[in-house]
Amino acid sequence: MSPARLLRTTCGTFLCAVFLAGLFAGGVTHYSYATQFREAPNAAPSPTHLFGTDSLGRDLFTRVLYGTRVSLLLAPAAAFLSTIIAGVFGAFAGFVGGWFEAAVLAVADLSMALPLLFVLLALRAMLPLDIDPVVSVAATFILLGLLGWQASLRVVWAASKNLRDSDFLLLARATGCPRSRIILRHVLPNLRPVLLAQFWISIPLYVLTEATLSMLGLGVMEPLPSWGNLLRGLEDFSVVHANPWRALPLVLLVVVVICFQLILPAQEEIA
Amino acid sequence: MIARSFWGFLLFAFAAFSPAAQAQSGGELHFCLHGEPKTFNPILVDDEAAEQIRYLTGGVLIRLNRQTQALEPALATSWDTSRDRRTITLHLRKGLRFSDGTPFTSEDVAYTVKLMMDPQTHSPTGDAFRSGDGAVDVKTPSPDVVTITFPAPIAGLDRLFDQVAIMSAHSPKKEMAVLGPFFVAEYKAGSSVLLKKNPNYWKRDAQGNPLPYLDSIHIDIQRNRDIELVRFRKGELQLINRLDAEQFERLRHDDPAVARNAGTGLDAEELWFNEVPSAPLPEYKKTWFHTTEFRRAISAAINRDDLCRIVYSGYAKPAYGPVSPANRFWFNSALEKPTYDPKLALALLTHAGFRHENETMKDAAGNRVEFNLVTNSGNATREKMAVMIQQDLSQLGIKVNVVTLDFPSLIERMTRTFDYDACLLGLVNTDLDPDSQMTVWLSSGENHQWNPNQKTPATTWEGEIDKLMREQASAPTDKERKAKFDRVQQIVAEQAPFIYLINKDVLVAVSSSVVGTAPVVLSPQAFWNAETLRLNAGAALGAQK
Repeated sequence: MSPARLLRTTCGTFLCAVFLAGLFAGGVTHYSYATQFREAPNAAPSPTHLFGTDSLGRDLFTRVLYGTRVSLLLAPAAAFLSTIIAGVFGAFAGFVGGWFEAAVLAVADLSMALPLLFVLLALRAMLPLDIDPVVSVAATFILLGLLGWQASLRVVWAASKNLRDSDFLLLARATGCPRSRIILRHVLPNLRPVLLAQFWISIPLYVLTEATLSMLGLGVMEPLPSWGNLLRGLEDFSVVHANPWRALPLVLLVVVVICFQLILPAQEEIA
Repeated sequence: MIARSFWGFLLFAFAAFSPAAQAQSGGELHFCLHGEPKTFNPILVDDEAAEQIRYLTGGVLIRLNRQTQALEPALATSWDTSRDRRTITLHLRKGLRFSDGTPFTSEDVAYTVKLMMDPQTHSPTGDAFRSGDGAVDVKTPSPDVVTITFPAPIAGLDRLFDQVAIMSAHSPKKEMAVLGPFFVAEYKAGSSVLLKKNPNYWKRDAQGNPLPYLDSIHIDIQRNRDIELVRFRKGELQLINRLDAEQFERLRHDDPAVARNAGTGLDAEELWFNEVPSAPLPEYKKTWFHTTEFRRAISAAINRDDLCRIVYSGYAKPAYGPVSPANRFWFNSALEKPTYDPKLALALLTHAGFRHENETMKDAAGNRVEFNLVTNSGNATREKMAVMIQQDLSQLGIKVNVVTLDFPSLIERMTRTFDYDACLLGLVNTDLDPDSQMTVWLSSGENHQWNPNQKTPATTWEGEIDKLMREQASAPTDKERKAKFDRVQQIVAEQAPFIYLINKDVLVAVSSSVVGTAPVVLSPQAFWNAETLRLNAGAALGAQK
């Protein structure tokens, strides 16, 4: 096994382990992510609290596990949503051309110009207040997915446009192949590597965007943990200096994002 | 003889190396403001940054001593207030000059008051004096006597003059000619304000030396508190006026001498339920929120000691009511200390018809007691409080959904749509006198947050508060005013329209290079006595470890 392949396998295994630990968090830890051990705020790691506790005395290991579940389940879902939007509209715009292409690109450019943060702020303010935290977090990621397709669309559009002028599509058209068959059997399979790359790239992007939103207090609602709101206490480096164990979610986030980047070439090769 | 010389030398040596003696006149003090001063015109001041500049530069007729909380003569050596609280006669110091050399007379006082009360000026300072329709009459029988008559009685009339910095009627420099210890020498928008010593300042120390001791104050405009703290640690700043508990604790850990706790402050954190009749809430929720026992139960179920200990690292005290104990005169010491009592909370809820079933609190109709608690996003301390309240109330089977909103959205819901259940926010108290809280306590007031802008009081106790607040405003003596306002505090404690949670300590940082600081709870906390601050002889920026 080549070193690169070994590295990818290691990263993939690590991601699977993290994903499974998050998915079955209830079986890994017996604490609730919301329970506050008020006699032990900011406690150092110990056999009782493996990663220590946060400033409200909540078990950090438990919160990291449940936060992993939230971030690693919903970030791929948001990435899938945005990739689907980008794939459908980008592919059609590139293939069909004409006014449809111009309209799709104009909408993409216009929405790229919108400040995403303010759009999210406005949309969050319009949501009803009495929604469940789980619904709120799902809504946040759906909004991210719905608003984060533009960059992927341009990439897919460019790839689709290249395909439109390719020899094999010219041949298919010359032999009388219907347009729907050309799209389904020829264009989309050839766009698969691009779509997969966009999907894998988007996942860490959404994890980080959620982290940014949570840093602003706009992401996942308390007490539900996510990687984003676990990082909120780290805004000041001196907090990390005083309680180094509080940086464990950050370490995990960095490692996971790196792993996502490292397994990406493997996806391209498979495609 | 030798012995006497020796002891004399020792005394001299001790005196020479004591901190006070090492301090010297001159030098430049450095600290930060947390916002851009919007104006240097003292009668147009409407923001904290401009207010702090006004405090350092403006000369006032009567000064509220930030330490003793008593009024002291300033530009006026004495004053008489009429029994009807409409007229004040002020006797001015003679021979004073503005920073540009223009003489100070009663004409300047008349000019300032007229300008301040002119509706065209839109002076926020003047608003405090507007108690009724009609013009203000200002008489200047001599250059050192001025009599001002207002159209209606004004509660705490003399105290309000602490905010009125006198402007020159004749100086070509207008508002830049000042009577305070410093004047604005340079202003770089978005960057800094340089204040220089006023050579014509009237005040002298006990030894007859001219004040202020400092040559200048360099004030940087810095919104980011973390950067401010880093700069303080590097020795680039010598004061930090307000620190949050976490910053203070870290600073105290590293250098206990520079971290100074001035004690419990005036500001409170509070929670209230939406009692607006037209609010788009289900009727059963409106019924809960209107029930006094429900509100009192929530109050009893919140562990305020834990809030102080965990969220504020111990630098806060459980709040008694609308007035902090730091407000020495107006605080009602007869109020009971709030205690964490889940059993009492349960008893109150049961009495009000609620029942606890399967770890869930339900009302008489079987609706689960669940409400959203909104607060502003980006305030980590407040969010922590909300999460702790969430856990406290979950012990009673009450479900709280914490929602953070950006400030404009929150204000929109609080003041226009009224689409929220409960709100957690802080109350900033800058004035000791209850008259400044009229819009909070009058049922017709726009800051009567639980049910603002009422045409007639919705409840009998709100009607009683209205009556008491109006009576205290026109009562002839402070003692009578206090009795009325004590009763207001009592009603608020009994009815709990606001559930007061904590009063934060006033935490400041003062470099060891600054001599003479005595931080207080009133603004400007760390530099209220700027005119008597000195720098150590060896003090230089960058020396702070």
